[in-house]
Amino acid sequence: MEAFDILLQSTFWVAAIRIASPLIFATMGELICERAGVLNLGIEGIMVAGAFSGWFTVYSGGDLWTGVLVAALTGAAFGLLHSTLTVPLGLSQHVVGIGVTLLATSLTYFTYRLALPEVTSPPKIEPFQPLPIRFLSDIPIIGPALFAQTPLTYLAYFTVAIVGWALYRTPLGLAVRAAGENPSAVEAQGISVAAIRMGAVMVGSALMAVGGAFLTMSAFNSFFFEMVNGRGWICIALVVFGSWRPGKALLGAILFAAFDAYQIRLQQISGGIVPYQVFLMLPYILSILALILVARRATYPKSLMIPYQKGER
Amino acid sequence: MRLEPKPAPSLTATLAYPVGALVVTFFIASLLVLAAGANPLSVFGLVLKGAAGSQFALVETLTRATPLIFTGLAVAVAFRARLWNIGAEAQLYAGAVMTVVLGTGALPLPAPILLPLIAISAALAGALMLLGPAILKTRFGVDEVVTTLLLNFVMILFVSMLLEGVLKDPMGLGWPKSQSLIAEARLPRIIGNRRLHYGFVLAIACAVAVWIIMKKTALGYEMRAVGHNAEAARFAGMKVNTILIKTALLSGGLAALAGFSEVAGLKGNLTLDLSPGFGYTGIVVAMLAMLNPLGVVIAAIFVAGIFVGADAMSRSAGVPSYIANVMVATALLTMVTAIMLTRFRVRWR
Amino acid sequence: MVEVTPPDPLRGSPSPQGGGSALAPTVLRLTSITKRFGPLVANDAISLDLAQGEVVALLGENGAGKTTLMNILFGHYVADEGTVEAFGKPLTPGDPRAALNAGVGMVHQHFTLADNMTVLENIALGTEPLFAPRFRAGSARDKITRLSGSFGLEVDPDRLVANLTVGERQRVEILKALYRDARILILDEPTAVLTPIETDALFATLRELVADGLSIIFISHKLHEVMAISDRVIVLRGGKVAGERQTSETDRRELAALMVGQELVPPPVTPAVRGRLLMSLKGVSTDGGRNPLRGVDLELFGGEITGIAGVSGNGQAALAGLLSGTTGASAGMFEIAGSSATNWSPSAALARGVGRVPEDRHAVGAIADMSVLENVISEQYRSPRFSRRGFLDWAAARAFAEQVIRDYDVKCPGPDARIRLLSGGNMQKLILGRALDSEPAIILANQPTRGLDVGAIAYVHGRLLEARARGAAILLISEDLDEILTLSDNIAVMSAGKLSSVSKRGQRSIAQLGELMAGHGEAAHAA
Repeated sequence: MEAFDILLQSTFWVAAIRIASPLIFATMGELICERAGVLNLGIEGIMVAGAFSGWFTVYSGGDLWTGVLVAALTGAAFGLLHSTLTVPLGLSQHVVGIGVTLLATSLTYFTYRLALPEVTSPPKIEPFQPLPIRFLSDIPIIGPALFAQTPLTYLAYFTVAIVGWALYRTPLGLAVRAAGENPSAVEAQGISVAAIRMGAVMVGSALMAVGGAFLTMSAFNSFFFEMVNGRGWICIALVVFGSWRPGKALLGAILFAAFDAYQIRLQQISGGIVPYQVFLMLPYILSILALILVARRATYPKSLMIPYQKGER
Repeated sequence: MRLEPKPAPSLTATLAYPVGALVVTFFIASLLVLAAGANPLSVFGLVLKGAAGSQFALVETLTRATPLIFTGLAVAVAFRARLWNIGAEAQLYAGAVMTVVLGTGALPLPAPILLPLIAISAALAGALMLLGPAILKTRFGVDEVVTTLLLNFVMILFVSMLLEGVLKDPMGLGWPKSQSLIAEARLPRIIGNRRLHYGFVLAIACAVAVWIIMKKTALGYEMRAVGHNAEAARFAGMKVNTILIKTALLSGGLAALAGFSEVAGLKGNLTLDLSPGFGYTGIVVAMLAMLNPLGVVIAAIFVAGIFVGADAMSRSAGVPSYIANVMVATALLTMVTAIMLTRFRVRWR
Repeated sequence: MVEVTPPDPLRGSPSPQGGGSALAPTVLRLTSITKRFGPLVANDAISLDLAQGEVVALLGENGAGKTTLMNILFGHYVADEGTVEAFGKPLTPGDPRAALNAGVGMVHQHFTLADNMTVLENIALGTEPLFAPRFRAGSARDKITRLSGSFGLEVDPDRLVANLTVGERQRVEILKALYRDARILILDEPTAVLTPIETDALFATLRELVADGLSIIFISHKLHEVMAISDRVIVLRGGKVAGERQTSETDRRELAALMVGQELVPPPVTPAVRGRLLMSLKGVSTDGGRNPLRGVDLELFGGEITGIAGVSGNGQAALAGLLSGTTGASAGMFEIAGSSATNWSPSAALARGVGRVPEDRHAVGAIADMSVLENVISEQYRSPRFSRRGFLDWAAARAFAEQVIRDYDVKCPGPDARIRLLSGGNMQKLILGRALDSEPAIILANQPTRGLDVGAIAYVHGRLLEARARGAAILLISEDLDEILTLSDNIAVMSAGKLSSVSKRGQRSIAQLGELMAGHGEAAHAA
C-alpha cells in the first residue's frame, strides 16, 4: 500500500526531522518562557525576525554561525522588550505578545525592503550542509534521519538536552520553575522574580529566533514573506501538548513534523483528487485537536499569565 | 519597583500619557525614516497629505477605516469579556464567503431585501466561526488564543480552495477570484465617483449599537463583569459560559461584517488578498481605543490614515510602506503602557 | 476583641524558658520605622528591640501595621524612614536575600510554597548559587532530615506540597527558615490555621528553638496565645506602638485595652428563638475538589446561628459551596425551605433566599476594578427593580447603592469609586449589605471577619445578630474559635469531610472542640 510505504522510506524520516528542527527550537523557547510564568505570544514575529536577521548576516558576508548568533541576539532583544512590558510593568501578556509579533514582523519586512529594494526573486545564500556522522548514519531507515542532518539540527537535539538538564537539575532551573508556580515563594527565598522571568523570556526568545533562522539557513536558503506561516502558534500548542516538559514536547514536535512530512507525500501520491489546500490545512487542524485532547488534564504552571507585584499580599 | 493604584486619574494624566505614547511612536518612526535616508519631517508631511490632504485622500482614509471599525469593534467586544479573539481575520473571510455565495445570483431578490439578508447571513457565518473556539473554551478549557489563531490559517486555505473550485469565476484570467456580485448585492457609494460606500455608515451604526449594549444593557454589564473577574461573576449568579458564548457570537458577527462590507461595498468579488491583516490591525485599533466602541471609530480612522498616507508617501519618497505597520505596532505597545501609567503610579521603592 | 475565658488545662502557664534577661545581647533593633502607602501611614516611627533567646509578641488588631513592619524587616518592603540592625550590623533595606544572610527567617501568614513542587525543592530553592551546574539533592535531603528530627518537625521531603495538610505546610515554612540557619524567626499569625492541638505542638517547637538559641517575634491578634508563649509584648495600634509590657507583668484586659484603645462592649447575645426548619442536609456528599463532604447531616433553623468550627481544608469550602450554589450534592438529600435543591446554581440559591458572604472578598466577593455601584447590584441586576427588557436602570441602581452605603456604614468616596480602593472592612460591609438587604431567610457567613479590624468585626457581628433576631438561619463558618463560641447557638466541628454532632451553646469545652477538630472523638467514628 503506497500510503504505508512512505513510512519506510528514509527520505521521509529525514524530512520529518528537518521539519521538526525549527519547531524544536521554538517550542523549547516558549516552554522556558511559560515555565517561568510568562506566555510569549511574540513567538511568531520573533521567528520571522530571527529568520531574516540570520539570513541577512550571511547574505552580507558573515559566516553561518555568526548568523545564528545574530538571530539569537535579535530574539533576545525582542524578549527584553516583551518582558519589560509584561514583568515589571505587568501589562497584559496577550496584548503585548501580539504587539511584539506585529512589531517584529513589520520591522523585518521594512528592513528587508530597505536592504533589498529591487529584487524580483529572493536572493539565495549558501546554507548549512548536512554533516553525516560516520557509521551511525548508515543505520537503515532512521540512520540518515537522525545522524545525517545539518549541524543546526544537531544543535536542536542538544538544546533539548540542555533545557531538560537545566530545568530539573540545576538551582537556576528550580528557580525558573518556582517562578512559574508561586512567585512569592521565589521572592521569599531572596531571588528576584523579575530577574528570573525576564531572563527566561530573553533566553526563550533567543531560541525562538534560532528556530526561525533554521528556516532560512538550513531548511531553505532564502528569506521570503509568509515564511513562518503559523509555525510559532503551532509551537504554543506543542508546549501544552508536551505538558511543559522538554522530553514530551520534543516528541510532540517530531510527531507533528512527521505528520507534516507525511501529508506532503500523501499529496503527491493522491494525484489531485483532494485539493492540495486540504493537506495544508491538516497540520493546523491537528494542532487544535491535540490541544483538545490534553486540555482537561493540562497541568500548567500555576502562575502562568499572572503578573507578580513584589510585596503584594 | 512597585505599582500603586491611583485613586482617581487626573484629567491631565488621562490625556498626557496617550499623547506621550503617540510621540514615542513618531520618534521611533523617525529613526526608521532616517535609516531609509529620508527626512522625517518631509516624510510625515507626505503621510499627512496622503491621509487627509485632499478630499480624495480623506475619502480613501474613511474607506480604509471601514473594515477596521468592524474588526476593531469585534476585538473590543471580545477583549472586554477577556475572550481573546485573535481570529477576526477568519471571521472576516467567513463573512466574505457568505456574501459571495448569496450575492452572485443565487438569490434573485431586490436590493432592499437582498442586502440586509446577506449582511445578516454574513454576520451569522462569522458568529459560527468564533463559536467553535468559544465552546472549546467553555466546555473543554482549551485556550482560545491558539485555536482562533490557527483557524486563521485554515480559513485562508479554505478560501483558496473555494476560489479555485466552487466559487471560481469562469471568466477570470490569472489569479483566483470569485464571480462578481450582482448589482442588487452591492452596497451603494456615498459620494458619486469616490470609493466610499455605505459600509462606512453601517460601521458607524454598529459602533453606536455596541456602545449602547456595553453601557446600557444587562449583557454589556455581564460581559464586563466576566472580563474583570469570572469567578466573582459566577458567584454572583451570572451564567458565565452563556455570557462568553453570546460575546463570541457578537464579536464574530461584527468581524464578518467587515468581510461583507469589503466585498459588497468595495471590491465586488472575493480574492485571496481581500484582507491585508484587518483582523490583526483590529486588535491595535481596539487597544488604542481602550476598548471603547466610539473610540474605535476614531482609532480606526487614525490607523487607516497612517496606512493610506504611508502608501502615498512610499510611492514618492521611497521609504518602504511597511513603516505604517511598524508605527501601528509601536502605537499598540506604547498606548498599552500609557494606559497603565494613567492608572498606576510607579514607585521605585 | 471579644474574649472567651473559661479556665483551660490545654493553655499552659505564661513565660517559657529562655532569655529575656537584661544581660542577653540585642539581636535585632528597629529604629523609628515609618512606611506610607499613598495617604495611609501603615507604620509611624516604630522602634523595637529583640534580645537573644527572647520571644516577643507583636500584638495588634488587623490593620494595625504588624505585617507591614515585619515585611520591612524581611525586605519585602522598603521603609520610608528608619533603620534596621540585625546582630549589630545594619540591614540592607528591600532585600530579602540580605535579611536571610543576616540570619532572619520568616514564616509568612500566607505560605510562600509552590504547590506543584516537592518539600525538598521548596526548601532548597535559592539556597545554592544560581548558576551552579548541579543541584545537590542528596546533601539537602540530609540536612532537612537532621533539622526535622532535632525540632520535631516531621515531614517527608519528597512529597508534593499540594498533598500536605495546613499544619504540615507550616512545618515546611519553618524548616525553610531553619535550613538557612536563621537565628531570628518571625512568625506571622501562625496559629490562624491550626487546631488547638497543632497550636500546642507549634509552641513546643518554638520552645525548643529558643532553647537552641533562636530569638522569636510572634505576630498575633489572639491574646491568650500571646500570654502563653511570649516574654514580652509590644502592642501596635494604628501604625504606632501603643505600649510595651513584660508578659509576666500584664494581663489580657490591659493588653486588650492597649490594642483597641477603648472599652469595646461586645454586642449582647439574646437567647435564641428557634423558628422553622429552613435547610437540611442528610448524608450529603460532594464530588471533586480536594476536600469533599462525606456524608454530612445538618439542619438549620430560623432565628439561630449554627457555627462550624475547624481549620480550613476539612470540607468547609465544599459546605460553603453547597449553600452558595457553586457546588452540588452528589449524594444524599439537600433541602432548602422545604423542597429539594435541584438544578442548583448560585442564581438558584439567591432565588431560594440564601444570602452569602463569601470567604474571599477580593477574589470572589467583589470585582475589584468595577465600581461600588456595579458591585452592589451584581446579584440582583436581573430583577425588575433594576432591568427592563435587557436594559439596566442605572438610576435605580445608584439609588440602591447609596442606600446600602448609608445603611451599612460603608466609607467610600461614592458609588462610582472603584471598589478596590475601599479598605477591607468597608468592602466587607458592602458585601454584607448586598447579601442582607433583601432580608434572606438563610445566610451563609464564611470567615466573615477575617482580616478585619476590631470595629469592623463588631459591626459584622452586630448585623448577623440582628438578622438572627428577625428570624434568619445563619450558617457561620470560621477558623476563629472565639468567634464561633461567642456567636453560635449551635456548634458542630468539621473534620476530614465529616461533621460532628451538633452541640448547644456552652455544651462543649474548648478542649472537647479541639479534640474534634483534630479528628479524634465521634466525628472520626461517624458512619
